[in-house]
Order: sequence, then structure tokens, then C-alpha cells
Amino acid sequence: MALLRIEDISVSYGNIRALSDVSMSVDEGDIVALIGANGAGKSTLMSAIVGLVPLQSGTVEYDGQAICQSKHQKLTTDLIVKKGIALVPEGRHVFADMTVEENLDMGAFMVRDSALIARKKEEMYDFFPILGARRKQKTRSLSGGEQQMMAIARALMSSPRLLLLDEPGLGLAPLVVQDIFSKIRIINEESRLTVFLVEQNARLALKSSDYGYVLENGRIVLQDTGENLLSNESVQKAYLGA
Amino acid sequence: MSTFTLYMQYIVNGITLGAIYSLIALGYTMVYGILKFINFAHGDVLMVGAFVGLLVYEALAGAAEPGMWTIFCFFIAMLASMAFCAVLGMFIERVAYKPLRNANRLAPLLSAIGVSFILSNGAAWIFGTTSRRFPYPFENDPIHIGGVTITPHQILVIIVSVAMMVLLAFFVNKTRMGKAMRATSLDQPTSMLMGINVDRVISLTFAIGSALAAVGGMLAAFDFRVYPSMGTMTGLKAFVAAVIGGIGNIQGAMIGGVLLGILEAVGAPLLHIPNGMRDTVAFAVLIIILLVKPDGILGKNEREKV
Repeated sequence: MALLRIEDISVSYGNIRALSDVSMSVDEGDIVALIGANGAGKSTLMSAIVGLVPLQSGTVEYDGQAICQSKHQKLTTDLIVKKGIALVPEGRHVFADMTVEENLDMGAFMVRDSALIARKKEEMYDFFPILGARRKQKTRSLSGGEQQMMAIARALMSSPRLLLLDEPGLGLAPLVVQDIFSKIRIINEESRLTVFLVEQNARLALKSSDYGYVLENGRIVLQDTGENLLSNESVQKAYLGA
Repeated sequence: MSTFTLYMQYIVNGITLGAIYSLIALGYTMVYGILKFINFAHGDVLMVGAFVGLLVYEALAGAAEPGMWTIFCFFIAMLASMAFCAVLGMFIERVAYKPLRNANRLAPLLSAIGVSFILSNGAAWIFGTTSRRFPYPFENDPIHIGGVTITPHQILVIIVSVAMMVLLAFFVNKTRMGKAMRATSLDQPTSMLMGINVDRVISLTFAIGSALAAVGGMLAAFDFRVYPSMGTMTGLKAFVAAVIGGIGNIQGAMIGGVLLGILEAVGAPLLHIPNGMRDTVAFAVLIIILLVKPDGILGKNEREKV
């Protein structure tokens, strides 16, 4: 069953069209990857799902309910994420002047049960031991990889049903990126969390995913299972450097 | 009196004055932290706070002799004034600033100046322009410690200001909404992703800043009396204090206010500046800070790690 369904959405920045009639869906429990070159519109799509950029046309449906619609947008971002969606934004956007622990508290802003928050935090410190070691440190003192872990942990604090990851590997060393992707797979398997991710490292993204979409100049040009896309000739040529 | 005790006296006076600047500076800095906008109507909110406080105090205390009852009345008047200004602050934001949030950066600034005129002229219309005395709620017999004199009203100013700042520090560092306020000032879109209702945080920021201005206005009223344009100079100086501390930084506003108060109280006699020209000290300090360290003492000059 599709947890997230995107139907014919278009987004423009002034005269520049960023997305044209994009349709796609993410099934519950899957990891779905969206690959594409710089400027293809990947981050715009992520921002559109959570209502950070307005739609020109089309609908975004979550769990059978329209959350974003052109013209009569009813929900603001804070109400959309309350439905169970968490986005790890491109460039991590940690609250740099706050400690690791305070960042996790912010991730749990919507959770009112303090015992549950404490338990979630311990879970995160177990799963990302480096965060446990640095819980009292300002987040700005963390390395890029640690900040990415921090941003993912922060998103998991609200126990979302759908996790959106925007370029989790951006600017990180290959080993760190692999570590992050293995964590994502563990989260997906253990808690059946649905993951939709955008990534430049197409090989790693497709290898980790059940299904994939290819975005070019604001349009979906190809879609298939992760495996099939990996062996697709045009994907290999354009994104895998083969 | 030796020069040393004389200057100790100036410092005590400066701290008292500075504590008031700090309370008012907090409102400027908190709003700037989140909206990157200078609320120039903030000084007039402190004037409204002083008037409301005075009216409530007079209604309650009447002609009672200073004593426990009048002190109690003073604190009730302070709470009433804080509540009134909190609502006023939220109302001003909702009506005059929120509709302009996506407009040109100059628009809310001009709107703020308009609100400032409406408040001060409105007060002149209702209360007239003659200044009123804020009666001391207690006998103001000075206390002598060494060669330094401190009045009960100075002690009240310091105790109330410190209490307010401790409460505020607790709020922003320990409570859920306080942390949400810091998060919003650090990164607005990301705080929305956390499920934070940014509009509500902005309203709350105006409420708290205006309530603190109400307290500052009442405390300033002892020395400066109560009149419709009382907020202009005090508000401007509190703004200077916020810039000195690093605008947008809460601790900075606290430090900047006290520092400005001391500089003003000590600097004027030290440089033989006549009393009528004392205000120049604050603005000279502003110019020096802008030239030497435009980010202020605690301003954000660290680069974000990308």
C-alpha cells in the first residue's frame, strides 16, 4: 500500500520551473531512492512534500489523505510533520548552538511524554554511540559525519512512519557514507520504517533501495526496482560512471 | 569622600541604571534573534507599562502609608502591567508586523515607527503630557555601606531585575517552549520540521519581551517619572545595550545593559561631561562598538560548520 503518493505536482521559483508533473509513490516499509544530477529538482521535491515550498499544481497524499495541494493548501509544515513524517534536510541543519541532547529534545518537540522522550534518547545513544559520548557538547563541534548521524537521530526522535532523507551522504567520506546507509537499512528492517531518500551517490542509494526513480530536469524519466535500475544501461552511463 | 568611594558610588548607580537597560534590551534582542527586525515600538511599550503600573498602584494603594501593604500593591501592579503589555505586544505583532513578514525588510521597520507614534501620541491624548511621579512603595531612606550610599529603591531595582533574568534564563534553557524559541532563532525552516509552530513562538517572544519592558518601565519610573515620551530615550539606550552585547544574544543583552549603565555613570564624571550631555556617552559607545566589534561582545562571529 502506498504510504506516500505524489500526483502530477509542479513547482516553480519565479519563472524557473523546478518540477514538472512529477508523479510517484512510496510503499509502506520500503526504502525508495530518488537519483538525479545537481539541480534536477530533488531537494525541491523533498521540500514540497513537507509544505516548505508551495505547489503550483498537483497533490501530495500521505496515508490516504491530501497533505499538500495547489491553491487551497491547508496544512503548514508543523502540521504536516505531526502526521508522522520526518525530514532530514540537505546540509543537515543541526541547531549548531545547541547541545546534542537539546537537538534530540527538539526532535521530540511533538512528543509530550517525558518518559518516552528519555527512552528514545537512550535508544539513539545506543544506536549512535558517538552521540552518547558527545551528548553535552555543542553540535557545532561535531564532524560532518557526526552531524549527519545527529540529524538522523533527531528526525527519529518523533517516531515517524515516513523518514525523508535529503542527500545524507553530501560532503562526507565514502566510508562514513556507507556507515550511514547501513544504519538506514537497519532502521528500516528493525522498525519497518518507510524511507524515501534523495542521493547523488546513485550506486549506493540504488543498492540499498527496493525501488528507485530517476529525476532529470524536473521530470521523472525512469522508474524501476533498485536492482533493475543498477543494471539499466542509460542509468549506468549517466549516473554510475560505467 | 575619597575618589575611590566616589567611583564605587558611580558604579552602584550605574548597575542600577544598567539593570533597567538590560530588562528592556532583552525585548529588542529576542525579537531580533527570531525575526531579524528591530522593533522600534518597544520603547513605547515600556512607557505603557509604566502608566498601567502607576494607575493600578494608585488604585490599590491610594494614600496608604508606605509599608508592607504598599509593597504588596507594587508587585500586584507589576504583574498587572506585565500581563497588559504581554497582550499589547502580541497584538502589535499580529496587527502591524505579521502581515508584513514577507514584505520588503524596510516595511516592518516603518510600521514599527508608526506604532511607536500611535502609542506615545495615544498616551499623550489620554493622560496629557505632564509627567507624573511614581511614588515609592516604601520609605526611601538611604543605607550607608562604607562610604557608598544605596537606596532601598536601588535594591528593589536590582533584586527584581536579577529575578526576571534568572527566570528568563531558566525558561530559554530548560523548558520545551524556551528551547523551541532558541531553535527558531537559530534555524526557522528546520524548527518547522520539528513540528514547532513558528507563529506561536513569535507571539510568545513578543509577549515575554513586552512583559520585561513593562517591568523596566516601572523601575525606570522611580528615577525618570512617567510621561508619554519617556520610552524614547530609555528605549534607544536599551537598543544600544543590545547592540553592545551582540544583538540576537540574550546573555549579551543582559551584559550589555549593565555595562552601558556603568559606562554612563562612570564615564560622564570621568570625562567631565556635563549632566545635560550624559546621553552622548551611550551613543559614543555605540559608535565605538560599531567601528571596533560590530557583532557586539557576545555576537555570533564563529563560522557555521558546513
